[in-house]
Amino acid sequence: MSAIADRQPDLAALRLAAAGREPWRGLDELADTAEFRRFVEAEFPATAERLPLSLDRRTLLKLMGASLSLAGLTACSEAERIVPYVHQPENIIPGKPLYYATALASDGYGIGAVVESHEGRPTKIEGNPDHPASRGATDAVMQAAVLSLFDPERSRAPLKQGEPASYGDFLKEIAGLAGGSIASGGQGLALLVEATTSPTAKAQINALKARYPRLRVFRHDPLAAGSGEQATAKLFGRALAPIYHFDRADVIVSLDADFLGDGPGRLAYARQFADRRRVRKATDTMSRLYVIESTPTITGAAADHRRAVRPSAVESIAAAIKAALEGDNHEAEPAWASALVEDLRGAGRNALVVPGAHQTEFVHALAFAMNARLDAIGNTLEFIEPPDALGTDGDLASLCQAIAGRLVDTVVVLGSNPLHTAPSDIDVRKAFSDLKLLVHWGLYRDETAFLARWHIPAAHELEGWSDIRAYDGTASIVQPLVEPLFGGKSLHQLLAALGGEFNADMQALVRRTWAAMDEPAWRKALRDGVVPNSTARPVAVGMAADIGAGARRVSADGPLEVRFVADPWLRDGRYANSSWLQELPRPLSKLVWGNVALISPATAQRLGLGNGRVVNLARNGRDLDAPVWITPGQPDNTVTLSLGFGRKIGSVATMAEGYDAFALRTADAAWFADGLVLTVRDGSARVATTQHHQAMEGRAIIRHATLDAFRHDPHFVRDGAPTEPTESLYPDWSYDQEAWGMAIDQSACIGCMACVSACQAENNIATVGPDEAARGHEMHWLRIDRYYAGAIDDPDIFFQPVPCMHCEKAPCEVVCPVNATTHTHDGLNAQVYNRCIGTRYCSQNCPYKVRRFNFFGYQEFDKQSAGPQQAARNPDVTVRSRGVMEKCTYCVQRISEKRIRAQIENREIADGEVVTACQQACPTQAIVFGDLNKKGSGVAREKAAPHNYALLEELNTRPRTTYLGKITNPNDRIAGKSRAEAANG
Amino acid sequence: MADAAGIRAKKAPPRLPVLRGRHDFPEISGRISAVVLDGKLPRLFWVAFFVCFAFVLLFLYSITYLISVGIGAIGIDIPVVWGTMISNFVWWIGIGHAGTLISAVLLLLRQPWRASINRFAEAMTLFAVAMAGLYPILHLGRPWFFYWLLPLPNTHMHWPQWRSPLVWDFAAISTYATVSLLFWYMGLLPDLGVLRDRAKSRFAQLFYGILALGWCGSAFHWARYQTVYFLMAALATPLVVSVHSIVALDFTFAITPGYHSTIFPPYFVAGALFSGFAMVLTIAIPLRWAFAVEDLITLRHMDNAAKLMIAAGMIVAYGYTSEAFFAWYSGQPYERAMMAERAVGPYAPLFWTMLLCNCVVLQLLWLRRVRLNMPLLFSIALVINIGMWLERYVIVVTGPSRDYLPSSWGEQSLTWLDFGILFGSIGTFFALVFLFIRILPAITIFEVEELAEEKGGAA
Repeated sequence: MSAIADRQPDLAALRLAAAGREPWRGLDELADTAEFRRFVEAEFPATAERLPLSLDRRTLLKLMGASLSLAGLTACSEAERIVPYVHQPENIIPGKPLYYATALASDGYGIGAVVESHEGRPTKIEGNPDHPASRGATDAVMQAAVLSLFDPERSRAPLKQGEPASYGDFLKEIAGLAGGSIASGGQGLALLVEATTSPTAKAQINALKARYPRLRVFRHDPLAAGSGEQATAKLFGRALAPIYHFDRADVIVSLDADFLGDGPGRLAYARQFADRRRVRKATDTMSRLYVIESTPTITGAAADHRRAVRPSAVESIAAAIKAALEGDNHEAEPAWASALVEDLRGAGRNALVVPGAHQTEFVHALAFAMNARLDAIGNTLEFIEPPDALGTDGDLASLCQAIAGRLVDTVVVLGSNPLHTAPSDIDVRKAFSDLKLLVHWGLYRDETAFLARWHIPAAHELEGWSDIRAYDGTASIVQPLVEPLFGGKSLHQLLAALGGEFNADMQALVRRTWAAMDEPAWRKALRDGVVPNSTARPVAVGMAADIGAGARRVSADGPLEVRFVADPWLRDGRYANSSWLQELPRPLSKLVWGNVALISPATAQRLGLGNGRVVNLARNGRDLDAPVWITPGQPDNTVTLSLGFGRKIGSVATMAEGYDAFALRTADAAWFADGLVLTVRDGSARVATTQHHQAMEGRAIIRHATLDAFRHDPHFVRDGAPTEPTESLYPDWSYDQEAWGMAIDQSACIGCMACVSACQAENNIATVGPDEAARGHEMHWLRIDRYYAGAIDDPDIFFQPVPCMHCEKAPCEVVCPVNATTHTHDGLNAQVYNRCIGTRYCSQNCPYKVRRFNFFGYQEFDKQSAGPQQAARNPDVTVRSRGVMEKCTYCVQRISEKRIRAQIENREIADGEVVTACQQACPTQAIVFGDLNKKGSGVAREKAAPHNYALLEELNTRPRTTYLGKITNPNDRIAGKSRAEAANG
Repeated sequence: MADAAGIRAKKAPPRLPVLRGRHDFPEISGRISAVVLDGKLPRLFWVAFFVCFAFVLLFLYSITYLISVGIGAIGIDIPVVWGTMISNFVWWIGIGHAGTLISAVLLLLRQPWRASINRFAEAMTLFAVAMAGLYPILHLGRPWFFYWLLPLPNTHMHWPQWRSPLVWDFAAISTYATVSLLFWYMGLLPDLGVLRDRAKSRFAQLFYGILALGWCGSAFHWARYQTVYFLMAALATPLVVSVHSIVALDFTFAITPGYHSTIFPPYFVAGALFSGFAMVLTIAIPLRWAFAVEDLITLRHMDNAAKLMIAAGMIVAYGYTSEAFFAWYSGQPYERAMMAERAVGPYAPLFWTMLLCNCVVLQLLWLRRVRLNMPLLFSIALVINIGMWLERYVIVVTGPSRDYLPSSWGEQSLTWLDFGILFGSIGTFFALVFLFIRILPAITIFEVEELAEEKGGAA
């Protein structure tokens, strides 16, 4: 490139310039134009630094002296205190991790976490047992926080119009802005915030509003649905947030609510739900779940009765149920609804009707009214003040209107990425282009950052101080695990800067909010991860008589309806650059590295579509191309599209295949709409999935029974089961110490994939990318198999987590020619990586196919090229090289750690002391691990349950991982189901 | 009775001679050794050699690529982690078998017709085993550690795991390769002596002279030679059965459906002979035509090889049947489902092609006309070579692709490298055969002389 190539150089001037100068390298440099300088700065930042300096000796010496004396000052920032959760060692002991309590944000709400830190480097997220939204569990997305912390593509420096600039320059500009705004009262200044429950942020924004009375705050939250708030505002006179108590509910009806898989309380809800359904003996009881849903979810899979209906039909069904519930005539249409109503009446106060957050305001009103009618409010359902209540002046659409109306000329975007996540009928790009000043604060240089005049890197949630409230209002302090790696700033620092506080300390800003706490209380809150007594108190509500009326009508055979869902892992696309999340199979579709348009088998048949066929979906003049995926249990004539894919920024995000569903989403149809037009395109797209066969083929893989059948025959798993052979050529192993084993309760498993993600984080499991994943080279040690049974349009859905079985008579052990897979003294089937030469005979001979092979060198060993993400690796687990087999180890590193500690303390390992990563993450406590030799241990108790069985027991592999048969609780009055489910397979 | 016998005698076709025409010693040794010593080979020979050499380069490139990138470059995946490396291995080992059978077993059975084809059949064995031996190493995830299969006392304290059939395999193949090499070399000694004596250039005299180990054709030498040769034949004979039985145990030993079958060892041995004779014919038919030795390698040889082929082929067909029958008879749902999937699943086209090649086309060989029609016989041999490769591939992949848990079911899709290595090895094999023809006598001089003498031609 030549800056002056397209202009006629002024040769005479150049000649003059050259005469008195040092050596020059080109005409461009000689001319020393502004363009040339910019070019050099952009291309050779190192040269650019030197370019303007024509140092003489004296200046050089002055600068050297100054740098020398200032160099020492870098160490002079004030020391911060972060408090360890479990240990408070005098010194950090190398090799011994420390644990810190904090909270991670999920759509703005906090979920308590305990973060494992090795020598100052966070490597693993665990749930905080003391935190109400976690109760010790995590979800798949939380596990990936350590990976995103070390993401090398996070933005690393403030950018001014795309060029690196200093934060000081930014503050200078903000100071000017703040000065002007004080005079004008904040005229023209607007903040665009995300959903946040941070008390500090709320206080800061309120302070800003006080300082600049005309400051406007807008909220853009692509995954929020306001209908619940609107409904409560109308019914109770003020916006309230519902809190459900699934542990108190005997009969639950979900009106398109995915309470197990979505929403800020999902982990707590999953725990409560599973606790109420744990059946071990004939006298135990369990709740019953009816799900009416518009796309398959894990909640629907957990249901005893599931109905797939079009999204627009939920309202009329809810209305029909309510009418039947309130009328004297119990009969409702359709017929199964009357059985449901009967059940609800029978449960009375212990019934619970849950509306889906994205459903209409009227569905919420209907659901709350039904709960009120059943007297369930105050028992299974409570209302609290919304934790995220932040007074705003509107949403993104109002912001764009304000910009168009010249009311706003300066926007500070805090965290969100409206250029990617805005509804397609709002032209944010155009609106933002008209601004005088656009500031973007975020983790990545995303679409919005490219447009902004200033982009300020955000501190990751593991890097910065903050505070956050859980779904039930409980507050937690977010404490950093590391100093910001890339100089990111916290949200509070940025808000403080806008308020004229330019050098505010991250911790001090948060501490100020909690000034009421004295130092010991503050430390205790940090250590525990929760602020005591901060949980919101339930609000007594009076139900309005008039609940309004529905606006929507069901179009029975109308055109296609579209349903938008957030990708369970990538959410609105913010986690799209995380390879763990991209490669984590979606719970039901088992798809990785891409999204699809889900359609029902009947619709596919009607339209003549096959899996992967590309179709064009159009609505209101907008369209996108997407491959279809035939999904059993999807309602007919409904197409489900998932948000979060189709990003064009980020090397991992762009590797994924998939479409950007935001292109079809409009402000008035955020979650579902009708009028979708589908046109079949030529050709197919590759869709990568980790499970190609969905039926159990009549094999007794997941054994299941109804609660009645279980009471009648607690040993139902033995019915028709093949007899277990007992002879073996080889002598039995003997165990004088522990004999580890695992039991997995299939009734509790909801298929949420948290265990798989936790296993990946704990065991340094490589991701392989879309091409390799499509070839069946994925590396997850633990997988969750999903099977369909019954009718293809309305199937029963089963989940089965499959880790290594650690067989007593392991088929893999006898075939390895080099002794790389061996039986340990405590019953593990161990894999010795550095002895493995990769014959792969073990995998060939494994009936459970749980072994994973390093077909290529998936993990980088070279420290230089491995990049910062190697810091997320667990130092207790070997990173595997190319050509070796690997598999689940029962987290042998955790066993060793506890054994060493027990030996030092001269005692036995206590029951429950060793917790595997999958077990720890599981929100429903479906996994129990422990010593089979120990009488009364949790795992021995589980294995003594009458419905405990081993997978493929007829092969005489004698697995140490066993399963508890799945028990469901269907309603006898709904025909067909109970009979079908009484049979195995 | 006599009448019937007379009719049979009349109807039976005349027995084809093992050696056609009249030959004397100098003529035989001269003709055979001239190929090697004069080096005047038909232009076609060199064209074919260079085509093969191109494939050698492909082979080298593919192996380099495989080792530098990783085994994932071939079409394996979970669940089907074994692929063409194993099926190629079994295929090549099978091809090797005919050579040992011809040279050792037929020697012990005093079948005189083996004489003119045993040399190149043995060479074929050797090269096939060389190709086969590469595959288990290339198959490894970390091929540079293949020697860990050996019971080497070393500081790593690696010791093979003796329960694993792969260790037995390693022993069986290395034994087989060693014995085959020694047996072949032993058989070469008298002919190396002839070549040394007939060689005109100093280099050839030295070359063959060193190789001949001082063979001077004395009665003493001949007596020793006969003893050793027969002893080695007796040693090699059990290998015909053992090697492929042990290769079969790699499969039988596994509990994977479609692998776990006791019929495998005998069925694999029969399959090996079947494919071995197909390869003998694939080489012999063009060879005798190109070098105009139809009078030495006669139709009798071709006919006998075809007959052996149909015998082995029928055993293989019986193996297929019993495999299917026992899958059903076992009552095991997994075996049954796997067998059904083999016939109708994603690998069904390969399975049916295999049956067509190995069972249907084979039946043509019942006809004497077909057996004596060289172009047709050659085509059938080629088809059977393909069919036998498919058989091995189908066995290797269908079992794991449809095993116990349907959630793991999946197929592998072959990559260019699978084909690069397969065709590269075929090319290398033939290039070695060409080199062998150029450097060593492809037909045993002294045994053909013996035949001629027995026939009464030579003085």
